[in-house]
Amino acid sequence: MYQFNWSGISSSLPTLAQGMLITVQITVAAVIVGIIWGTMLALLRLSPIKPLAWFAKCYVTIFRSIPLVMVLLWFFLLVPQLLKSLLDLPPDVDIRFVSAIIAFSLFEAAYYSEIIRAGIQSVPRGQVYAANALGMTYMQSMRLVVLPQAFRAMVPLLLTQGIVLFQDTALVYVIGLADFFRTATNIGERDGQLVEMVLFAGACYFVICLFASNLVRRFQKRYSR
Amino acid sequence: MSYQWNWDILLSAVSTGEPTTYLGWFIDGLTATVTLSLAAWIIALIAGSLFGILRTLPNKWLSSLGAVYVAVFRNIPLIVQFFIWYFVLPELVSPSLGDWFKGLPPLIQFFSSAVVCLGLFTGARVCEQVRTGILALPPGQKNAALALGFTLPQTYRYVLLPNAYRIIVPPLTSEFLNIFKNSAVASTIGLLELSAQARQLSDYTAHTYESFIIVTASYALINLAVMLFMRWVERTSRLPGQIGGK
Repeated sequence: MYQFNWSGISSSLPTLAQGMLITVQITVAAVIVGIIWGTMLALLRLSPIKPLAWFAKCYVTIFRSIPLVMVLLWFFLLVPQLLKSLLDLPPDVDIRFVSAIIAFSLFEAAYYSEIIRAGIQSVPRGQVYAANALGMTYMQSMRLVVLPQAFRAMVPLLLTQGIVLFQDTALVYVIGLADFFRTATNIGERDGQLVEMVLFAGACYFVICLFASNLVRRFQKRYSR
Repeated sequence: MSYQWNWDILLSAVSTGEPTTYLGWFIDGLTATVTLSLAAWIIALIAGSLFGILRTLPNKWLSSLGAVYVAVFRNIPLIVQFFIWYFVLPELVSPSLGDWFKGLPPLIQFFSSAVVCLGLFTGARVCEQVRTGILALPPGQKNAALALGFTLPQTYRYVLLPNAYRIIVPPLTSEFLNIFKNSAVASTIGLLELSAQARQLSDYTAHTYESFIIVTASYALINLAVMLFMRWVERTSRLPGQIGGK
């Protein structure tokens, strides 16, 4: 029978916490950028101007038909060259971290835009007519009438997508970024405790995600009444 | 940018001395991705249907068994699950079983862990769809079947499931698409599937863009093929009288 040795975990908690910080930073950045860019994509997709709608449709379709692993690898390949030409980053910036944040933000925006589009389309059409009748411009009716209602209906879905995203960030493993999971496996391989570290990491993700999805469910119950 | 495109590199022989071309490596990866995904999809459908049915049963114990399955497999990241199946489980089972597994050819080890992992992971999502499909049926269907003297298994077999599966074809389509995309995570335990071949091709040929483009395009094509296939399934399985039916 396998002899568990959990003693290594307590001494490596500070390092693991640093990894968790990276995980959380990527998640938060991608949720914020993803929702903002996703809203813009959804509005483009629904706009009457054909090329704009077509661009948003292509963007969403392409990102949704490629595995996240490939997206991460692509951005890891492209971002250093883009950054060199676009921005002037100090040399001590971790390029893996920057490329992971950009990749997740642009990737999740495609998923968020579909949720947001469904939310916008669930607002009764009469609301838009009423806003127009009151003399609002397109932007005003979106900003003041449609989007506030759409977002209220979408909050649980957006949060659930955030939990999925939190789990997906573990995939930065493929570009070698030391997030929570990569840190755990690095320590496990170094100390010969891979079994314990993988199980510990799995348990942490499980507890966090279960807790978060229960919060979402409670939130949903309270506001759907 | 002064990148030198060279698509012919794919047709040249590999530098390791194996009797194949880089295109051959790519096709190996494509085969691995498709076989892995299809095998895992079979497991996902079986496990998902089984637990999905359990979740709708009147027995409290059985239905919470389904709920536990979903909670565990949906709240742990896929990559962690791959590591658990491949690195952790062989250590935890009895030494003789673990040693037998570790003595298998590496390819079989990677592949069997990946199929089981991806299958059960997707099964948890299929389970939720099956449950939703059954619960979406009007309760009168179940009652009518029971009133006609069907037993509960017969009710599921002849009345509830045939209708429920037809409802959930669209969400199953997106799970079927996801399983191909998620199969790329199997590269992290060492399986040389399509996304792993993208990196190997780029390492050996030094033509990263060509390697990445051909792999990315194949994922997009697989996606398209699955979508067309599932649209056909949806069309042929539709009942007359249903919305969109003939």
